[in-house]
Amino acid sequence: MSSTFDQIANIIAETCDIPRDTIKPESHAIDDLGIDSLDFLDIAFAIDKAFGIKMPLEKWTQEVNDGKATTEQYFVLQNLADRIDELVAAKNAAPGA
Amino acid sequence: MDLDYFKLIDRVVELNLDEKRITVEAQVPAAHTIFEGHFPGFPIMPGVLLTESMAQSSGWLLLGLLKFERMPFLAIVKEAKMRGFVSPGSLLTIEAKLEHEGSGFAVTKAKGRVGKELKCSAEITFGLAPFPDPSMRVHMDAMANKIGFPLQAITHD
Repeated sequence: MSSTFDQIANIIAETCDIPRDTIKPESHAIDDLGIDSLDFLDIAFAIDKAFGIKMPLEKWTQEVNDGKATTEQYFVLQNLADRIDELVAAKNAAPGA
Repeated sequence: MDLDYFKLIDRVVELNLDEKRITVEAQVPAAHTIFEGHFPGFPIMPGVLLTESMAQSSGWLLLGLLKFERMPFLAIVKEAKMRGFVSPGSLLTIEAKLEHEGSGFAVTKAKGRVGKELKCSAEITFGLAPFPDPSMRVHMDAMANKIGFPLQAITHD
């Protein structure tokens, strides 16, 4: 089974028409890959579907705007993969999961 | 349909919040200047207007699901398919269903039919944002009343 990072990278490559081999764990989705907010909606939909989660994009954006988090925490792809793993784990740990 | 004001939906036929779907009707006008150009001798509804009709139908569904607390704005149209011609005077029935509600966005799938014949379909993504101006919210309430949107359905959980 491919890693969370690989799954995200494949989604980004397909959604944004970015060559897969240019997408690295250390890539910043916005600063390095040039993904804009509209493309990120599309990516978020694909990630939500693939992992059965709801990425809290609005909460993350608010945290960045309030200076409580940096964009790197959410938009460097390995960090994004870690956040997704946490969301999946939380979902699986929830009652009834 | 009031093509001049881009109000394409006439009536809400059914809103089912549990199943997250809506059915609406849109009466295509028998005559309009659009049909004089699109096309002379063969008037048909432009695909962009069929797409907008599906987007507006989806928008009413989302307004219901969001209890009119946020406004859906069209962001992405995928897989828009014009499957058959829609002539002036046709009654278009559009069904939209929520495909996914994300954080700050939602995705629907919509289908438009004339009679039993499928005429168009699309997957549509909306950004969800607070109403940018109070007058817009007032306008949407008035529009909801005009098209028979069941406001009572969103006041009860």
